[in-house]
Amino acid sequence: MSKTDFGPSIKSRPVYGVLTPRPGSSHLIVADGEGGAAVEALFAQAPEMKAKAHLIYIPGANGTDMSTAMAALGAGQYNRAPTYASVRSRIVKVLGDGHMGLQVYATGTESLMGQVQRDAMEAGLPHDAVQTEHRGSLARRVQCVHCKGITENVTTDPFVCSHCGLNLFVRDHYSRRLAAFQGVNIDAEDPGEVPPAEERFK
Amino acid sequence: MSVGAAKIPVVVTEVVEVNSLIKRFRFVREDGGQMPGFSGGAHTVVEMDDAGTRRLNPYSLMSDPGDRSGYEISVRRDDTGRGGSAYMHREVRPGMKMLISPPVNLFGLDLRAKKHLMIAGGIGITPFLAQMAQLDAMGARFELHYAARDRELGAYMPELSARYGDRVHRYYDAEGQAIDLTTLLAGQPLGTHLYVCGPKGMIGWVLKTAADLGWPAGAVHSEEFLAPPVGVPFTVELAASGKTITVGAAQSLLEAIEAAGVDAPYLCRGGACGQCETHVIACEGEIEHNDHWLTDDQKAGCRHIMPCVSRFKGAKLVLER
Repeated sequence: MSKTDFGPSIKSRPVYGVLTPRPGSSHLIVADGEGGAAVEALFAQAPEMKAKAHLIYIPGANGTDMSTAMAALGAGQYNRAPTYASVRSRIVKVLGDGHMGLQVYATGTESLMGQVQRDAMEAGLPHDAVQTEHRGSLARRVQCVHCKGITENVTTDPFVCSHCGLNLFVRDHYSRRLAAFQGVNIDAEDPGEVPPAEERFK
Repeated sequence: MSVGAAKIPVVVTEVVEVNSLIKRFRFVREDGGQMPGFSGGAHTVVEMDDAGTRRLNPYSLMSDPGDRSGYEISVRRDDTGRGGSAYMHREVRPGMKMLISPPVNLFGLDLRAKKHLMIAGGIGITPFLAQMAQLDAMGARFELHYAARDRELGAYMPELSARYGDRVHRYYDAEGQAIDLTTLLAGQPLGTHLYVCGPKGMIGWVLKTAADLGWPAGAVHSEEFLAPPVGVPFTVELAASGKTITVGAAQSLLEAIEAAGVDAPYLCRGGACGQCETHVIACEGEIEHNDHWLTDDQKAGCRHIMPCVSRFKGAKLVLER
């Protein structure tokens, strides 16, 4: 069970677990922000997995940066990256060259875990083969269902689509294929009648 | 009552002796129409009238899913079984009319896979014959590893090699050949799905080896139809229909319920699909759970039974049926 309490929701909303070492030929571990602490906990449980581990760490959009600690963990291969987008091609390459038995772990924000899961699925792994553990920010990656543009690090509801400018209500309705929650125009019937934005995803 | 559409009246058009243990049967519709479409891995339940005893046995469809002019199955004769396969071998001839169920697939391909790795033991080859035809037509990537006792009993092996070339790997127990499973599984590209069908021991070996090597459960698929085991006769109360019935030694509980004129749901009749799950109201004794469906907790709880394969030993069993 996840250590973060997200409250009751619809079935579509992803749920997360706690990273557990699994037998495998190699381990791909991707973390952002506070997710670094979950990697430390994972390695503490099974230090022998470090040699076969490829750790990729992305400092959090909220400023949390555990790179120094991550570099010192002793993973067989370590990469630091500024954003998921910048390191995605590396992750896709590792998955594309990988063999069955490769274990995939993702920890940190929902945006990061969702994108790792999406890329693992595109590589042919079942979605539930990716282990996840939520840590840190609740900021969401949201797709505008109208213009299809994706806005990262959404913390308020409603928010303004960074692509088309519509006022969007953030749903718990989630797409694994897009790795994004769905944002729906909140003032379509009465343009301008927008409730005040609340910080729901700190 | 099976779930879904009515039974299909068919005529047997071909009976072919494939080897000393296996016969192949082809069914076409009595009305000359097309068979329902199916996907590789599907089975049909064949209804037999064996001198007054009604038998319903599931068999994997082995013909090309693209061919809707008929269905083909292969039946391995089991001389120690309850008699369904012996009946198929002894009594079924071209021209005979039979009833079969619409197809049901409990062993479908996961078409999101980048590659399909299939492991067959003996008669477990049958669902793969249909699956390979389907994958080949799609241009999908697959590989078959097929083990049989010896060359004579390796049904369809030469045909498969001729059709699919080096995608087919054959192993003969009698010649000391065995699948090097650990090497095979460790070398598969990410995104491979694994399918296994064969004897119980082989399925267990493949599932355990895959799990030990870190294969995710969602990428591993297996199918084993259980024949209902023979056992000691026992008595059951059916609470909803107000009947008390006796299950014979060579009869399954489901068959006894049906013989008493009580409609009970079923699909696979082999302990795999979960359709016939029945609530237990009272149980003074021990349920012999023979299915693959209930969890260990459910089996320990004595609140559920799968009448297609499970039996009972004890003083009293009351079912909500």
